[in-house]
Formats: sequence, structure tokens, C-alpha cells
Amino acid sequence: MHFRARTAILAAACWLGVGTRAWGQTPASLDSLRRGLGAVSARIDSLEAGLCPVESATVASKPSGNARADSLAAALDRLNRRVEAMRPVGCTGRAGAESTAPDTTEAQPAAQVPPQPPEQQPSVPAPATRTGGAYMNLGFVGLTDFGWSTESDVGSLQLGDHDPRVRGFTIPNVELALDGAVDPYFKGFSNIVYKLDENGETGVELEEAYFLTTSLPANLQIKAGQFFTEFGRQNPQHPHSWAFVDQPLVLNRMFGPDGLRSQGVRVSWLVPTSWYTEALISVLNSAGGTTFSFRSDESSDIHGGAPAESGVRTVQDLLFVPRIATSIDLTDTQVLLVGASAAFGPNNSGPDANTQIYGADVYWKWKSSTARQGFPFVSSQTEVLYRRYDAAARVAVDDPVVTLPPEALSDRGIYSQVLWGLKPRWIAGLRGEFASGDSAAFGSPLRGDRFRLAPNVTWYPTEFSKLRLQYNYDHRQGIGSDHSVWFQFEFVLGAHASHKF
Amino acid sequence: MTIILLARMAAAALFALPGIGSWSSKKLTVVATTPDLASLAKVIGGDAVEVKALAKPTEDPHYVDAKPSHIVTLNRADVLIEGGAELELGWLPPLLESARNAKIAAGAPGRIVASQGIRMLEVPTTFDRSKGDVHPFGNPHFLLDPLNVKLIVAQMAERFGLVDPKTADLFKTNLRTFDAALDLKLAAWQKQLAPYRGAKIVTYHQDFVYLAKRFNLDVVATLEPKPGISPSPAHLAKVIATMKAANARVILVQPYQNRRTAETVARQTDAVVLDIGQQPGALKNTDTYFALMDYMVGTLATALREQK
Repeated sequence: MHFRARTAILAAACWLGVGTRAWGQTPASLDSLRRGLGAVSARIDSLEAGLCPVESATVASKPSGNARADSLAAALDRLNRRVEAMRPVGCTGRAGAESTAPDTTEAQPAAQVPPQPPEQQPSVPAPATRTGGAYMNLGFVGLTDFGWSTESDVGSLQLGDHDPRVRGFTIPNVELALDGAVDPYFKGFSNIVYKLDENGETGVELEEAYFLTTSLPANLQIKAGQFFTEFGRQNPQHPHSWAFVDQPLVLNRMFGPDGLRSQGVRVSWLVPTSWYTEALISVLNSAGGTTFSFRSDESSDIHGGAPAESGVRTVQDLLFVPRIATSIDLTDTQVLLVGASAAFGPNNSGPDANTQIYGADVYWKWKSSTARQGFPFVSSQTEVLYRRYDAAARVAVDDPVVTLPPEALSDRGIYSQVLWGLKPRWIAGLRGEFASGDSAAFGSPLRGDRFRLAPNVTWYPTEFSKLRLQYNYDHRQGIGSDHSVWFQFEFVLGAHASHKF
Repeated sequence: MTIILLARMAAAALFALPGIGSWSSKKLTVVATTPDLASLAKVIGGDAVEVKALAKPTEDPHYVDAKPSHIVTLNRADVLIEGGAELELGWLPPLLESARNAKIAAGAPGRIVASQGIRMLEVPTTFDRSKGDVHPFGNPHFLLDPLNVKLIVAQMAERFGLVDPKTADLFKTNLRTFDAALDLKLAAWQKQLAPYRGAKIVTYHQDFVYLAKRFNLDVVATLEPKPGISPSPAHLAKVIATMKAANARVILVQPYQNRRTAETVARQTDAVVLDIGQQPGALKNTDTYFALMDYMVGTLATALREQK
């Protein structure tokens, strides 16, 4: 069919060409015919290319007074109609792909369209092929640290679980991330962490495994399973997306070496304001190794006593973490994001003891409007936290004959970091931190004054690899100053989930 | 500053009330990830749609920040048009996850993936990142081929009509008008570039392949050694040698690419550096797709004529 249409056009074009030479008259009507021919030809080309050309307005064929020109115009009209008639056929099936007839019209719209394989109809999704699994994104991140510190017991200085813990080499974090759509209603995500400890023993932890709803009404969203609690800015982030080698001091003191995460449910509401505001509340188990300030087995570090055993009796035995975050675009190139979080739950200094943690976070970012690969940019992130830990009367772990008096333990800390994306793939960072706790009836290295300053430089050869050099100046009250230098290398395989802002 | 902020927030609060503000209008709210798709959506949607683009015209569409204001924009969208082919992979998925808008969920009529149905170029046969950040679905810069645009606008008109059936006829009419105009434009552009068939050009990234194919130009080298990998001196030396051997004397650079690298190469090859934005609005007087292509084709034709 295309062949026939093409032949007709060729014939018309030749005729027109001959006519032009022979008469050299009525240039206006000839021009309009020529344009019309060009348009029809382009639409046939589209058909051939497997596209679905819509019907175009037929070139107006006003009688020109010249019989041959008028009859040509009529022929063009008929051709247009034939193309229209071919349209549904061309759109539902395949025809004429092998046509490579040369185009001889003066204007050669799409004359060089090569033969193309069958195309999809616009509204029918193309069959998808994917890297990795068909229904699941698979990502793998490996992190290696290397360095040296003036403190020989590096583990007493670098308290985070994903920090370098010894002089020399450490592999503190290897993540296997799996995610994908479960069905039309849920998404699933899982992060399994492998790490080698100081003795070279492999540890495995189910860091996160949760599902997320995708189609709840009223701007609601529910997450359930085991997940990093959305308190502040850095706690929900994986070590892979941290801007520094180690966990901030204040987060370590409030949430422990692994950050705050537990099993539970989080409900989020995107508030229907014209700027971004999200309100969230998480309800979680308060016990376990990663609920440090609550009923964690390791909480003796905070209250100095032997942990009391308690199960869940009422709703008050659960941990509640509300958060509100809001953001505005200050200018076309600057964004401000502020948040306030809190965590309320029982602790295990005694059967009815409670903890309250309050936090505020501010993030600001400027990115050039002609950024190349996201650079240059400047960002600043600050988090400040306060904890009131109501410790009950408890038996001291150091000396079982001593009973520590009931007391309210107050702790606070802040960290502030600035990142400067100098040029593509290069980031310079500076972080300052301070943490302190009021005096109590016992001593704990986790509650004394501590200051740390850390400049670093990160180079990303690509988005999938990272080299980082960091220096830490550390001052612990009563212990003194230490200096550490850490080198970090990271690689990413597969489709690692993209990061939130 | 604080006062301005407070005023902004107060104004925003006012507009957030039901029934007030632009969001409550009857117009279809169309969000496009990039300005080129947005400009096409404006043509097809006409006055019946409100179009917003997430990426800025001057911004590299691979590296857009997933900033929270985009979450709100996506939350209220009736239609989302994305380029697809993993162009927006680094930033769109987390935004959509937070936007929780079923109207633009994958597979919904309100979700338009522009790359669907496009015959993609440079689809890799193996997935191997040692060859650079190669998109597994092929090169996503396909809007520079007007025939691809025809396919995309047809899809837009169809989907807009599905989402807003009352206005479907208007979308069809707009499509017909645009399509006819594009046929004529394409003919004119091809005529303009016809004298330079086979002309050798150099680009910074592999982002002009569709343009080159449609208009019979030959991209003999890219300043990036591999997609997404910054130019190295060794590679640039090779590019310079290639350009001299092929007598290629035109280098195309987008606003977010490193013009200085291109200038250095141009000095040594007696070439000219052309600033060409692929996004409408990236350069002056290129606010629509036609204006953009007119500019692009015109600039190329002029440069190729002068360098001949």
C-alpha cells in the first residue's frame, strides 16, 4: 500500500517538476502543491517508520484557474485521503518496513528514514528488559576503611558499628540491598549487612526489611517491618550515603552504635499544604540491641545499672517516634529543609522508667543552575539532640552492692557539617561536633564532654565508586586529645536505590 | 530574609486552603521531568492544561536534586511525563515514592513514558559499567529527532484525552495542528542541513546522536571517553587527532557541560564551539521546541558553512 502511495507521489512530483519547467507560471499555487506533497510524503515516511501520523489538514486547494494545477491539487487531496485511510492499518499492524524508495521531492522530509523494526503503539508499554532480576533491583555496596589513630584502642574512640574499629584495615559495612514493587499496593525493601569485626569474624545483620504502601488514600503511607527510624536526618541513612567516615558522636550517644531502628510501623502523612510538609509517627518495639536509649541490653552504658527485664504489658511499653519535616525552595537554586523529631519510650533502668529524646535538624543546599553532574554545590547539615533519661533506682553493674539512686540523666549534643562540591566528583567536607552529659552518680565514657573536628575530601571516580580521606581531631574530657587519619574506599554494584534529598 | 520567608509561608498557607489557589483550577495538571517534554505538553494541552517541569532547562537531566518541593508537585499531578529509559533513575523514584499519587503510578493512564515506542539508539548488548554509565535501555536523548517527537506528542494527546475525556477533542486538534506544522518544519530543517550531509561533528557527551542520525551528520568523537566519565588528557589528545584527520571543526556543548575543555580542543583543531542547549529555555529565544530546533539547525548550518 505504501508502495502505491509512494509511486503516486513520485509521479505527481515528476509531473509537477516537468510542469514547472514547461510553464514557469502560477508559482504560488505550485509552491502550495509542492508543500502539500512534502507534507504527504513526510506522513508516508512516518507510516513507514512505524509511527502513527495523525491526519493533517489538507493543503487548501483553491481553484487557481489553471486546469492542470487544479487537477494536481485534487490528486493531492485524494492522496491525503488515502493516507488517512491507511492510518488505522499502519497503526495496528506493520506494513512497508522494507520500502527504501528514494525520495525525489525537493523538500525531503524524513527521506532518510531507514527501515525500522516494528514499533510499539504509543499507549502500549514496551516490553521491558532489565539489568539484574526482572522483578527486583539488586544492589551491593562494599566499604573498606584503612587508617591509623594515636589511640591504640581505636574501638574506644570510634564507637559506631560502621566506623573503622582498628588500626589498619577494616571492612565495616557491606550491604546487600533488594527492592522492588511487591504488587500494585506495596513496595518491598531489604538491606542485609555483612561486616568483619576486629577479629576477622563475619557478622550478618538484617538491617532493614520492610514494606511500604503505594496507594493509600488521603496522602497517607505506611511502612512496616524492621527499619531505620525516621528521627532527624542522618539516622535513617545507610552508612553508604554518609558524608563522613564515621557516625556523628551525638547520634552514637543517643541511638547507639547501629542507630535507632526497630520493628514496628510508621505512618506518614503528606500534609496538603502548597509547600512540602510531612508528618510521621513510628510505633516500635522498645527492646532489642538497636533501641539504645530504651530497653536495649547495652543501656548500662547510659545508666550504669544492670538492665531490668520487662516485656510489653501495655501500649506504654512501646516506643513512639513522631517527626515533622518541612521544606521550601528559598530561591531557584537553594533549598531549606527543617525537621523536628522526638522519641518517647520506656528504658530498662527500672520497670517504670522512661526516656525522652528531642531533636531538631536543618539542611540547606545550594546547587548551581548550570550544575555539571550535580556540581558545584554547597550544603550544610546540623542536628541537635537532647535526651532526658529518667533512671530508676538500680543495682550498679560495676559493683552489685551499690544501688544507684533514682535520677534524671540529661545529655545533649550537636554536629554540624558543611560540604562543598568543588567541581565534578570532588567534595570537601568539614564537620564539627560536641556532646556532653550532666554529672550523675556513676561515671560513663558515653556521657563526658567530647569534641571532634573532622575535615575530609571525597573523590567519586564515578557514581559507583568513592575514595575518601578524613582526619579526626578528637578531644575527650579527662582523657585528652587524639588524632586519626582514615582512608575509605567504596564500590557499588547493580542498581542501588537512589537517595532521597 | 526572615520576613520574606514568613510572608512566603503565609501566602503558601493561604493557597493551601481548599478552593483557593491555582491547584484547585479545573485545568489538567501535567508535570514533565524535563523542559523539552513540558514544552511539547503545552502545545498539545493548550489552555486546558497547567504544565510544570521538574528539571531546569540549564540542568543536566541525569542529576536533578530530589528536592521536597518536587514531591508536592508530583503529589498534585494528574499526568506525569517522564523521558524514561532510566534518564531520571537517579532522582525520580524516591520522589514518586514520597509523592504517593496513584494517578501517576506506573501503568496508570496519567503516567506517560516518552521513550516507550521510540526506536532507541545505542542499546547496549552487554551490561557492563566498565564501559561507562551506559543506559541499559539505550541513549535517552531522543527528542532531537523530530520523528520521535511526533510519536511522543501522539501519545500525549491520547493520554491527556484518557485522563480528561471532555477535552479530548481539543487535544486531538492541537495534535493535528502541531503534527502538520512539524512536517513542514522537518522538511525545512532537512533542507537547511542538506548541503552538509555527512559533515563531521564532535560532541561533549553522547547526546546528539539522534539529531546526527536524522540530519545525516557524523559524530566522529565525544570529549568524554565513555558516557559520564570526565575527559582525560590522553583521550582529548586522541580526539584532537581524530578531528584533524576527519577535518571535524564543530564541537557541540550544552550549558551544563565543561565549555573550557571544548575550547581547549577547539584551539588546537581550529574548530568552533557551539553552545547548544537541548532543553527549550536553556538559551535565549529557544522557549519552544520549534524555536529550539530552529536555533539548533540554524546554528549548525551556519557553523558548518563557515567551517567548510
